[in-house]
Amino acid sequence: MARHVGKQSMEFEKDISVIATASTVGTKEGKGPLREYFDVILTDNLMGQESWEKAESKIASDNLKLAVNKAGLNPSDISYVVTGDLLNQCCGSTFGVRSLKIPFFGVFGACSTMGESMGLGAVLLESGGAKYVLCGASSHFASAEKQFRFPMDLGTQRTPTASWTVTGDGAVVLGIKNEHPYIKRITTGKIIDMGITDANNMGAAMAPAAADAIYQHFADFGFKPDYYDVIATGDLGYVGQKLLIDLLKDKGIDISKNHIDCGIEIFDRELQDTHCGGSGCACSAVTFAGMLYNKLRHKNINKLLFVPTGALMSPTSVQQGESIAGIAHCVGIEN
Amino acid sequence: MGKEMTKEQYSNMVKKASPDSPIIKNCIHAFIVGGIICCIGQFIMNWCSVFGMSTEESTTCTSVILVVTASLLTGLGLYSKLGKFAGAGSVVPITGFSNSVTAPAIEFKKEGFIMGLGAKIFIVAGPVILYGVLTSIVVGIIYYFVS
Amino acid sequence: MDYIKAFCVGGFICVIGQILIDKTKLTSARILVLFVVSGCILGGLGWYQKLVEFAGAGASVPLLGFGNNLARGVMSEVDKAGFMGILTGGLKAAAGGITAAIVSAFVMACVFDPKEK
Repeated sequence: MARHVGKQSMEFEKDISVIATASTVGTKEGKGPLREYFDVILTDNLMGQESWEKAESKIASDNLKLAVNKAGLNPSDISYVVTGDLLNQCCGSTFGVRSLKIPFFGVFGACSTMGESMGLGAVLLESGGAKYVLCGASSHFASAEKQFRFPMDLGTQRTPTASWTVTGDGAVVLGIKNEHPYIKRITTGKIIDMGITDANNMGAAMAPAAADAIYQHFADFGFKPDYYDVIATGDLGYVGQKLLIDLLKDKGIDISKNHIDCGIEIFDRELQDTHCGGSGCACSAVTFAGMLYNKLRHKNINKLLFVPTGALMSPTSVQQGESIAGIAHCVGIEN
Repeated sequence: MGKEMTKEQYSNMVKKASPDSPIIKNCIHAFIVGGIICCIGQFIMNWCSVFGMSTEESTTCTSVILVVTASLLTGLGLYSKLGKFAGAGSVVPITGFSNSVTAPAIEFKKEGFIMGLGAKIFIVAGPVILYGVLTSIVVGIIYYFVS
Repeated sequence: MDYIKAFCVGGFICVIGQILIDKTKLTSARILVLFVVSGCILGGLGWYQKLVEFAGAGASVPLLGFGNNLARGVMSEVDKAGFMGILTGGLKAAAGGITAAIVSAFVMACVFDPKEK
């Protein structure tokens, strides 16, 4: 059985294997630096649907099925599907999972959702109560803008600290199997709120949560930062990355050599004019399902600490002057 | 620095780490685009007076032509591209007001003609009209008692 | 000459808006409200009309001019109709612009779908 370690962590005993992954991305992501790693690159971000929201659900639905296929399974083999997204009441996932007929746990962790779903999926498997678990997260640039910012056609300028919501869905199939890579351990993050109110500077809102979770992970397990080949945060962007590295340096941890951020990796900042980087649930989800999983499989990376980061807020909470709370979940994955 | 950082300390740290908007570049863009839109307005106004309209009439006529044009550009997806370049240069002229009416109307029609398009059409323009009218009432009351 | 005046004054008013956006992080919706309210106050004081006479469209096309119209409308209705003019004057002056905006927005919404940036 899983072992509770330190204050916030859990270590797994069983071989919780990431059997297969699938990633679908929008047109802009498909022109980015990670394009060769994605399974499907859309030619139309509306996918022939009537609305952005329906398009997002369709992306999620197709991509979840693809992940199951790539694992050589049928949807009926999957014990649970654990997914989330950014839309109100998790509707992107709800209507994406609808046709799969698999028992469903809907989760919300803003952009940290992929870490939350993979962590919970591993717990389900470790408990012995599940055979295979399908985990995923999705987001869509247009549906997120519509819900959190302004209508598409409003002529506004983006600030330099603004990030670009990734369109896409990342999904993984987990199961007990003797096949690398394995989810070894997780550290579940606390909500950390440093009082940031600028909804156009999400990296700054999330960096303290990422720093706290990573610090706690190392403290709980007694690791040094160089234990991992790569520490990959979700969508801190350029501003958040700098803040994270500085915050951890203050605590005596130097991750500047092995840290990458999915939001920085997924777009070409200059060519694609994405300002601070990518964001959204799909940002870390597709980067893991695409590039990071590929590198783990080919043993270019052997020890990965995957840390999706989320900015917890709603349009209502922001309008009421509430600050933006951050969260981050660590998932330790090894060959 | 100790283990616990205060919100103020963190806020300063964020300020240092976050790049500022390229304000000089933005202002130049805003000046040029705003100036050009006003020149187009002047051109329409001059033509209106050629057709013998009064100043009041030609001002209204100019507004209407600019508003309809901006609305069409919004529908074609071009006004958002202009806005990205021009910033306030395309927000502050009356064309920006028109854009702020048309953009939500187009975006929210998927939620239906009444509660979608009909209600959300005013998400930006509503406050503009509300506070404009309130201010005009105050101006009217003062003017009534002063004159 | 009137084009140069319109260009410079109109451009300058937009620069004020840009500085407000960049320095105060006000959203464009707040900028629009601020400009209409300011224009209405300046119009009520009679100052803005002087700028309109000088710069023509350079002062009437920015939203300050829209606010100025509201103020001028309400004052001329008060002259004509007395107290009731306070209620009718503002929107009467702005009717053309507002009606054009909502009618064309409705038509465009019927014709076009939202486009991704």
